[in-house]
Amino acid sequence: MNPFQTILILVAAYLAVFGEATLSAPRHWLGAQVDLLPALMVYAALNAGLPTVALLGVLGGIWLDTFSANPLGISILPLFLVGWLISLRRDLILRDLPFAQFVLGATASAVVPALKALMLLSGGKELLMGWGTLWQWLVLTAVGAVATPFIFSLFGWCSRTLGYQPRQETSFRPDREIRHGKVLKHL
Amino acid sequence: MFKPKNYLALGAVLIVAVVLLSLPTHVTSRLKRAVGSWFLPLFGLASAGQQLPADLADSVLPRRELLQQIDQLRRDNQQLKSQAVQTAAIARENDQLRTLLNWQKQAPWKLKLAKVIMRDPENWWRTVQIDLGTRDGLRENLPVVTSSGLVGRISSVSFTRSQVVLIGDRNCRVSALVENPARDMGVIVAGGTLDTSLVDLTYLASSANLKPGQNVVTSGVGEIFPKGIPIGQVVDARAVEFGLYTEARVRLCANLGSLEQVWVLFP
Repeated sequence: MNPFQTILILVAAYLAVFGEATLSAPRHWLGAQVDLLPALMVYAALNAGLPTVALLGVLGGIWLDTFSANPLGISILPLFLVGWLISLRRDLILRDLPFAQFVLGATASAVVPALKALMLLSGGKELLMGWGTLWQWLVLTAVGAVATPFIFSLFGWCSRTLGYQPRQETSFRPDREIRHGKVLKHL
Repeated sequence: MFKPKNYLALGAVLIVAVVLLSLPTHVTSRLKRAVGSWFLPLFGLASAGQQLPADLADSVLPRRELLQQIDQLRRDNQQLKSQAVQTAAIARENDQLRTLLNWQKQAPWKLKLAKVIMRDPENWWRTVQIDLGTRDGLRENLPVVTSSGLVGRISSVSFTRSQVVLIGDRNCRVSALVENPARDMGVIVAGGTLDTSLVDLTYLASSANLKPGQNVVTSGVGEIFPKGIPIGQVVDARAVEFGLYTEARVRLCANLGSLEQVWVLFP
C-alpha cells in the first residue's frame, strides 16, 4: 500500500463529495447530479491495495450520506462491493487501456446507484423515481465512463510529479565490463 | 484471488455498514453533524471565493453610481415608510373589526433569512441545507418560503445547519387549496423526476372544476404550513382511478432549481 496514493485518492473523494453537494450546474445542464466516487473506486481497485478500497468505500460512503437524506452508511456497501469485485479480478484487467477504464467506469457508475436505490427501497424508503430516473441513471453512467480515463490520467500525472521516481536502469553491467590492460589467461 | 485478506476486508466493511445502519436516528444525525464539520474549511474557502468578486466589484464602483444608489434607496425608504403607516392603520382597523366580530386574532409569523449552502447529492431526494440551526431557534417542521412562494419545511436541525425537504420530495406533502369559486382542496405530492418546477395536486374531488392558471395556496390544514402561502398555478387536470378523484399538475411559484436565499417562518 502506497500511503501517498491512498491520501491522494481520499482527498479526491473528499473534494468530489463536496463538489457534488455544492455545485448545482450538472443538475441544471444534465438533469442529474453526477457522482464521481464509483470512477474513483475503479482507479483505487486497479491501482491501490484492498485497504485503500475499503477506506474509500467507508469514508466516501459516509461523506456522501452526511450531505444527503440517505440513512448514514447506505452508500458504503455498494461502493465497496464494486471496488472489491474489481480488485479480485485486477490481474486479468488491462488497466492501462482507456477502453477498459471506460467500460469499468460505466459499469461501476451504473451499478453503485442501482444497488443503493435497491437497498433504500428494501428498507421501505420512498424515493423520487419515475421515467426521469432512467435518464438520470444514463447520465450517471455516461459521466462515470468518461471521467474514469481522466481520473487515471490525472492520478498518473500526480504520481509521476509528486511521488518517488523509479530508479533509472542503466545499460551498465559489471560482468560485461571491458577491463583494459589485462590479458585473458586462456589466450 | 480467493485470499483470506480479501474476505477479511469484506467482512470488516460489512460490519461497519451494518453497525452504522442500525444506529438510532438521533445518533446518526449527531454523527452526520460531526462528519459534516470536517468540510467546514471547504465551506469557508467557497464562501470566501464567492465573496471575493463582489468585494472587488465594490472597490471599483464609481462614486457617482454609489450616490445614485443612495438616492434611490432614500426614495424607496420614504415609500416603504408611507406604506408601513398605511399598513399599521389597516392592521388597527382589522383588530377593531375582529374584536367587534369576536374573531380569534391571527398570530403574526416572524421571518428569518437563511442562505442555501448545499443540495442533496443524490437524485432521488429533494433537500437542501441552510445555514441556520438550533442556535438560531430553528426546529423541525417550520415552513420555508421565498418571496415567490412555498419552498418546503425543515426536516432536521443541527446546531448550525438545517435540512429543508422541498416540495416535490416524497417526504413533503402539503395540504393545498385552489383559489376558485369551489375552493377545492387537495394534497401536493411529488411530481416528475426531472422537472423540479412541477408537482402534482392530488385527492381533489371528482367534481373539481380546475382551469389552467388558477392559483394554488396552502390550506392551513395540518398545522405545519400557515394558510394562504402561494404554492403555484394549475397547469392541467385529469380524472384518475376511473373518475374517483381528480389530479392536477401545478407549476410552482418558487424556483427550486436555483434557490440561494430562503425565509424560515416562525410562529
